[in-house]
Parts: sequence; C-alpha cells; structure tokens
Amino acid sequence: MESPDISKTIDAVWKIESPKLIAALARMTRDVGLAEDLAQDALVSALEQWPKDGIPRNPGAWLMAIAKRRGIDHFRRNKLVDHKHEQVGYEMQARQEDSAPDFDAALDDDVGDDLLRLIFTACHPVLSTEARVTLTLKLLAGLTTEEIARAFLSAEPTIQQRIVRAKRTLADKKIAYEVPSGSELNVRLGSVLEVIYLIFNEGYSATAGDDWMRPALCEDAQRLGRVLAGLAPNEPEVHGLLALMEIQASRSAARIGPKGEPILLLDQDRRRWNQLLIQRGLTALARAERLRPERGPYTVQAAIAACHARARQADQTDWKRIASLYDELATIMPSPIVELNRSVAYGMAFGPEQGLEVVEPLVGNPSLSEYPYLPGVRADLLFKLKRFDEAKAEFLKAAELTKNASQRALLLQKAADCQRSTN
Amino acid sequence: MRFMMLVIPKGYESAPQDAMPSADAVAKMMKYNEDLARAGVLLSLDGLLPPSAGVRVSYSGGKPKVTDGPFAEAKECVGGYWMIQVKSKEEAIEWAKRAPMADNELIEVRQVHEMEDFPADVQAAAAGFEELQGRK
Repeated sequence: MESPDISKTIDAVWKIESPKLIAALARMTRDVGLAEDLAQDALVSALEQWPKDGIPRNPGAWLMAIAKRRGIDHFRRNKLVDHKHEQVGYEMQARQEDSAPDFDAALDDDVGDDLLRLIFTACHPVLSTEARVTLTLKLLAGLTTEEIARAFLSAEPTIQQRIVRAKRTLADKKIAYEVPSGSELNVRLGSVLEVIYLIFNEGYSATAGDDWMRPALCEDAQRLGRVLAGLAPNEPEVHGLLALMEIQASRSAARIGPKGEPILLLDQDRRRWNQLLIQRGLTALARAERLRPERGPYTVQAAIAACHARARQADQTDWKRIASLYDELATIMPSPIVELNRSVAYGMAFGPEQGLEVVEPLVGNPSLSEYPYLPGVRADLLFKLKRFDEAKAEFLKAAELTKNASQRALLLQKAADCQRSTN
Repeated sequence: MRFMMLVIPKGYESAPQDAMPSADAVAKMMKYNEDLARAGVLLSLDGLLPPSAGVRVSYSGGKPKVTDGPFAEAKECVGGYWMIQVKSKEEAIEWAKRAPMADNELIEVRQVHEMEDFPADVQAAAAGFEELQGRK
C-alpha cells in the first residue's frame, strides 16, 4: 500500500479538510486552541495509519471521528470540575453516538457558519497583526508551521511560539466563538479583510530567488478571499477585496522581467495578463458595486485596478476616471501614499502641472521621507514640465533612496537624460 | 498551480445531439461544483455538447478537412471540465476523487502549463498567449 507520495496525499487531504474540521471542533469544544490540538492529533493518527491501511474513502469523516474520540477522552480525563466543560463532553459524546453513520452530512450542514466563526476568531483584534496572519494561515489555509515559517522567512520555533501565544490569548480573553453582529461586524470584518490582503501582499512582494512558498501566499489569499465571498456573499467589501486580488494576480506573469527585475505597471506587456483572472476580478467588482453603490476602500482600489485591466495598451488608460477614483479613495481612506498615487493620476489625466499641485504638499511629510517614489514622481512631473535641473535633483534623490539596484540604474539614467536635455 | 479536470463520460462519444443528463446527476454535480467554489479552488467550468453536435477539422497536406460528428473511430471523448487552482498535484487528485461520477466515467487530471515553466525563447515566441486565454 505504501507509496512515496502518500505523505503528499495526506498533506493535500489536510489542506482540504482541516479548516472544516477545526471549525466544527471549535463549535463543539468552544475552544479554538483545543480544536486545533484535536485536529492535529487526528492528523498524527492519519500519518500513522494511512500509509499502512490506505486513504479511507471519506478522509474528512475519518479525521473527524478520531478528533471527536480524542476530544471525549480529553474531557473525561480532566474529570471536569467545571460544569460547562462537562456539558461539552456530553454533547460531543451524544453527537458521536447519534450522528456516527453520517458524520459527513453533519460536517457539511453548519460548516459554513463554523468557518465564518473561525475566520472572525483567527482575525480577532485582540491578537497582534502578525498573530492574526499566522493563525489564519494555520487554521484556515491549512499551512503547516514549517510552510508559514518559510513563507515569512522566519524560524519555525518563532511561528510555533506565535501560534501557542495566540491560542492562549484567545482563551485568556475568553473570546467567544461567534460571528459578530451589529456595529461590531464592520470593524471585525475590516480586520479579516486586512489580514487576507496582508497575506496577498506578502506574496506579491516576493522577489526572484525567494522560496516558492512566498509567491504562493498570493494564491492562499485569493483562495481565502473566494471562501469568504461564499460565506459572506452580501458584504460588498469582501467582493471588492477579492476583485482587487484577482486583478492584481492577473499581472503576475508580466510584472517580473527575465532577470528578475520588477516591471512597472505601465511598462508591462499586457498580452501576458491572465484574462481569466481579470474576468473573475471584474465580475467580483460588479457584484461589490451592485451590493452597495457607495464604494468602500477595497472596492475603489479594485475599480482603479479594473481601469488598468480594461486598457488594452497603457496609452488607452482612462486616467480621468482613475483620477476621480483616487479622489474618492482620498476621501474615504486618506493617506500620503494615496495622495502620491492621486498626483500620478492627476498628472496623467490633466497634465504635469496639476499632478505637481497634488504632490507638493507631501514634500517634507515625515512618513514619506525614506520613500523613493515621492522624489521619483516629482522628478517625472518636473521633467515633463521641462524643469530639468529640478527634475535631475529629484531623480538623484530617488536613486539614493531606492534599495533596488535595477531601479537605481534606471533613475540614474533618467538623471543623466536631464543633464543632456539642459545642454 | 492550475489543473484542468477533464470529464470523460462513458458512451458520450456516441450520445445523440440532444442527450441530457438526469436531474439527479445534475443535482449531484451542482453540489460538487458548489463544494469546489466554497473551498475557493474553482476558477471556471463548462459542460460540452456531445460530439454528434460537433465537428472535427483535420489537416493533411496543409489543407483543413471538416468532418461532422459523431466520430466512429472515437473511443472516448471529453464531456466537460473544471479549471481549478490548488497547491499541489495531489490536491487536484483529491478533488477529482470527490467528484460524483458514475461507474465507467473517468476524470483526467492535467496540469496547466505556466508560462514561467518555459525557457526564455519559447516565452518570447508565446508573447500574447495569456491575452488569448479566458475569453468567453
């Protein structure tokens, strides 16, 4: 029975089944940490038995049965002083007895609600951002601690520690295993979306030569986004974020050059953009806009990405629409980076003078003092206005700030062009 | 990574043009499609009319020749597909194992060539290929 690939098969089953398993166990035990431990116990059993006996016909139900049995043992062993725990132990046993023939249906019925509870718990604001990201990948994306460590260029014990601490925090603060409602929902959903987008961006920022686990984070985030869109279909920003990720991911084949150098959006070969992902992104965007005409920040960013995606060539970009979308974004989510992007859009839509007007107030902003794009953007605008001396100084400043060697070479080249234009 | 799961239903190669699956089979399939979507792995899917409603275009000496279906020589044919995005080949296989197929039906699991897998010269020759994908 044993084949060299069985451990990979078990990994694959784990990836598919573990979020549902942990989510359902967390409902039964009312303890996410314990649920994860029980699920891990079941995985250990699978790793022992499946290579000998083969993969069971319904691996999800098999894992659930083992985890439940361990759960009942756990509660019995602790001989519960605490009435609540005793109750939970009985409930698990009762379920075990009633539902034994059809675990799978039981697992499927409420699994959506359970998964949603699990997402909200893993992304609870009581946890640090790092802990939320780690827990989400562990509990909901089925990544191992080793994979998470590789993806975030950290040591495995660090990640392990982070998970242990996060689980303890959830228990100590008695975080309820529930989907928040009312006014709390928006704040909590914001945290979930932030975590998913952070995972995506971590993958998107991977560079050539990185471990492949890093760029794979983009796919993990897209997958989480799609799962969330199914679980919370009426939340416009969920579709907005999904649209943003699908459209950004559509460019992945075009954004890195043959030598691993990053290629800027306007210089990318658009024929290499993945049209299936663009279509998916545009569909998700339309859905977000249909659900609520006043766009949230992710939906606006997706709408901007969609303007680029719709332009067959860079010079067909609807910059006026992009400029007005940046106005919208600057109102609902003001930040120096948004302003900087808005200045680029204004420069493209209405001319360099107007772009410069938006960018000038940012000069001296401490949060951008190390940011090469600020002088870079100013330099481009000044160059277009034929103010070559000033442009040259800004190109040099940008070259000094950038950490990317090929970008530095490009900026120095542009500074030299200013010199030539002056002469 | 992306995989195409190709459905090869037994007998579909000789099915009449108006062949329709049973309501029960469709219901099972819908449930499976939803499972794929809810797991966040489904990118796209389609079902195909039987070969009796199709044609084959063959080439000989640089000249295309059109033959109406059904095709007597065909022993099996594709009835539809799912395009999924998963972490490994093993995961694609696990999803295929969960499909509600009848006896004698089969699913062929094939990985999609990613452009990054090609050497630079092939990539250059294939510039524009992605643009052609995913159109409906």
